[in-house]
Amino acid sequence: MRTINLSVGFIPLVDAAPLIVAHEMGFAAEEGIALVLRKAPSWSSLRDLLSFGQVDAAHMLAPVPVAAAMGLGGAGVPLAAASVLSVNGNVIGVSRGLEHRLRDLGHDFAFGDARAAGEALIAASNGVLRIGVPFPFSMHAELVYYWLTALGLPAPQNVVIRTVPPPLMVQALKAGEVDAFCVGEPWGSMAVEEAAGALLLPCSAIWAFAPEKVLAVRSDWAEQETALLSPLIRAVWRAGRWLSDPASRTLAAELLGRPAYLGLSPEVIDRALSGRLVISQAGEERQVNGFLEFHRGAANFPWRSQGEWIGRQLAARTGFDRDHAARSARAVFRSDLYRKALIGTGADLPGASLKIEGALSQESAFAARSGQMLLQPDRFFDGRVFEPSAE
Amino acid sequence: MPNTISITIVEADRDRAMQIVDSLREAGDFDIHVVSEPSSLARQVEHRQPDIVLIDLTNPSRDVLEEMTLASGPLDRPVAMFVDRSDAGLSAAAIEAGVSAYVVDGMKPARVKPILDAAIARFRMFQRMRTELAETKKALEERKLIDRAKGMIMKARGVGEDEAYALLRKAAMNQNKRLADVAEALVSSAGLLS
Repeated sequence: MRTINLSVGFIPLVDAAPLIVAHEMGFAAEEGIALVLRKAPSWSSLRDLLSFGQVDAAHMLAPVPVAAAMGLGGAGVPLAAASVLSVNGNVIGVSRGLEHRLRDLGHDFAFGDARAAGEALIAASNGVLRIGVPFPFSMHAELVYYWLTALGLPAPQNVVIRTVPPPLMVQALKAGEVDAFCVGEPWGSMAVEEAAGALLLPCSAIWAFAPEKVLAVRSDWAEQETALLSPLIRAVWRAGRWLSDPASRTLAAELLGRPAYLGLSPEVIDRALSGRLVISQAGEERQVNGFLEFHRGAANFPWRSQGEWIGRQLAARTGFDRDHAARSARAVFRSDLYRKALIGTGADLPGASLKIEGALSQESAFAARSGQMLLQPDRFFDGRVFEPSAE
Repeated sequence: MPNTISITIVEADRDRAMQIVDSLREAGDFDIHVVSEPSSLARQVEHRQPDIVLIDLTNPSRDVLEEMTLASGPLDRPVAMFVDRSDAGLSAAAIEAGVSAYVVDGMKPARVKPILDAAIARFRMFQRMRTELAETKKALEERKLIDRAKGMIMKARGVGEDEAYALLRKAAMNQNKRLADVAEALVSSAGLLS
């Protein structure tokens, strides 16, 4: 079989793992493709490299293709989310000063209760809370807005969410430019390592099953190159399954740590993979179940309802028409392409492409194409459920 | 003639910034301002309200500029800027050359083009220089490695320089490797013996 090269862009983060593993562990080769991985310096540059065909596919923040469909940012090139690369994985942290105020007020840093942590954070902040996120179109931004708005802290009066590239976050915290931050790993752990802050909450405590990164491609490319896209989706799915096996963790951390990828100590990377995070300078540890999912609970299935949730949130805070945003956002999550690629493999394929988001408080069975499949808890911290509009 | 176009260049390296400014000056009469400090980027752009922002594609601070694309975002910027969409071919050429341009809403493509053309030409030159520099550096380092390996062979075998070089070259040919790679292997493992 002839191997075809596909160039794939990524940002050096732990959740780029499925792409790196697909390449390094031979899952791509098994599908007859070779991934040429290209490290990108920023989300905006990666999105533009994808839009203008410098890469064929990219590791991408789930809201970026949605924003593109709404005409926000970028070059106006339609993008598609062909699969979900990872679920959850972000953390919220605070500066050392805020950490001290929180402890003085009696907060326990239990790292599980979003309401308690949020109320403590609001009580400890003096006036306006400034929170750094990696990108304006990111789950980081959406989850922080959702969390603080639900707790009654109005934006923009009392909370300013500001874009700070994660490599500059430690500097911004130390310089007092932001009070708190929401980032993906390894950046939360790096802030702790560099004594710039403490971790307050995993974002999975806000929404227990939030799509985080997607495999993004140009929509026109997806239509024209199905013969390349399907093997890519399969290779990445196999990589996710491999990553979900605890026995793979040591090797995965080793691979990701290489200079060509994250260039970091495997010990720091393992914290995200195991969900065992060091949250403070004092070395306190917290175990988070489902901290970062690559496979479990049909994690890779691009639910159209996930797209719609993102579209509605983004529209609500940018003043766009919400129904229109919901429609275009939903069309970006290509459950059809995903099904096409994985039919006949062992992958769980649900019968429906939409689901009610936030209804499951425990692992539950869901109707699959054949038989049943297991979904993971997906509750929002405030108990709200999100019902997608009828198709 | 409408007002002079104002351009903000985001570039930490002073020399490079000056070269970009010079190229733009040749293309027309613009009001040009350079931002070199990443932490004040958002403030400076907000303050200046430029028509066009030019930034190196590899600059990690670029994501900060994306906030400006939120026309009525929570920060309520009076100005909405977009990644240049006036001409797909031109934008693609810019990405390839390693520069990206943010253009204020409503700017005429004809006014953007000469600026982007000049920036692209300059960034292509930077790219060439970067490649050349990397190549020269590599060649120099390899030269040094080969010299050290040669010296080691001369000492160990008591041979002259030409013979040492011939031995090294023969080893490379036999192992089907590059001369520099064989030299590197020799130099790095010899460190274990001493």
